[in-house]
Amino acid sequence: MSAALARPAEIAAVGSFGAGFAWAFGRDMALAWRHPGETVLVIAFFVLVAALFPLGIGAEPQLLARVGPGVIWVCALLASFLALPALFATDYADGALEQMALSPHPAPGWVAGKVAAHWVATGLPLTVLSPLLGLQFGLEADTLATLALALAIGTPILSLLGAACAALTLGARGGGMLLALLALPLFVPVLIFGAGAAEAQAAGLSPAPHLSLLGAGLIVAALGVPPAASLAVRIALD
Amino acid sequence: MSAIEARALTCRRGMATLFRDVGFRVEGGECLAVRGANGSGKTTLLRCVAGLTRPEAGSVEHHGALLYAGHLPGIKDDLTAEENVRSSLALRGVPVVADAVREALARAGLAARRHLPARRLSAGQRRRVGLARLMLDPAPLWILDEPLAALDDDGQALFAGMLARHLETGGVALVATHHDLAARTRKLDLSP
Repeated sequence: MSAALARPAEIAAVGSFGAGFAWAFGRDMALAWRHPGETVLVIAFFVLVAALFPLGIGAEPQLLARVGPGVIWVCALLASFLALPALFATDYADGALEQMALSPHPAPGWVAGKVAAHWVATGLPLTVLSPLLGLQFGLEADTLATLALALAIGTPILSLLGAACAALTLGARGGGMLLALLALPLFVPVLIFGAGAAEAQAAGLSPAPHLSLLGAGLIVAALGVPPAASLAVRIALD
Repeated sequence: MSAIEARALTCRRGMATLFRDVGFRVEGGECLAVRGANGSGKTTLLRCVAGLTRPEAGSVEHHGALLYAGHLPGIKDDLTAEENVRSSLALRGVPVVADAVREALARAGLAARRHLPARRLSAGQRRRVGLARLMLDPAPLWILDEPLAALDDDGQALFAGMLARHLETGGVALVATHHDLAARTRKLDLSP
């Protein structure tokens, strides 16, 4: 046995939230980069569906500007849902989730890392693209900015709530359908305040109350979801 | 001193009791082979000891870091063999040395294939990725579920050598298998 293969005497058995987060985020980003099909699908779905609405409703500028923020929000919500079923299910199916559960890192750390990677691969591109789609609906510049800001705060909440539901439905037969039934109702408040922010801006009111509520929701979800989702993963592995 | 001790473990799956009052103690340098018919609860026992499944009754104590390798290898299809080894070592907090990873893969017979995505590897080659990982992990307690499945004669010999060296250096192994393992192996039969 050569020196290079000599085993280190000590294993760094003390894990940390940060190390678990960094590992899961880095690995999931590498996987998303290696296999960009999923992200492309999410973006294509978002753009196509949002582009279909003006065609279906008709090119009446006032009507389009009125429904624009709501339509874009619903499209973003459904698009970010598309990538949810695979969030834990692939790791569950190939055994990687077991190894994560047995790692020295606390589970909320790597759960949060996976959620963050999910958001960067789905929510972030949707947020960046939303002003372009908003132009199609004839939204004003300040409305576009508010829409993007609301999505920037709101889509992480969608990823977090969706992750909790994905963890709960892990291992269940027909998990995808069950996930939709669980997650979509939970997304409703995010949709209301998110679309409300841009609509308030368009109506000449301040979007601040809506954005503050979204921000509060994000804080609650960021604190509550990782521990809850790790508990659900634990139960699914049992 | 590394050791695994299980006391009066009872496990139930649904209505059926898989095993009742199973207890053992494995100390440094010892290997315990868990035998039993299909469905007798070997995997469940291993998962209980690893801490993945909660037993109905009884307790498990272990001294030292655990390494559990179930029959799902935890290998990501989109990463190469080398990336898979690095990634799982990093997860376990083992410092990753590039040369050591390369050498371990070479010893596992994957030198020419270390840059292939794991989806292009055969079942046996995936097992060998698992062996390379096992070579580099310093955990003194091994819990292995069917480590010889899908391995050819050469791979089985490689594993036997690794197991012997692990036991020589004071390691502990708990192995569920239908194959015969190296000498100094105690057996635990789960068949009712």
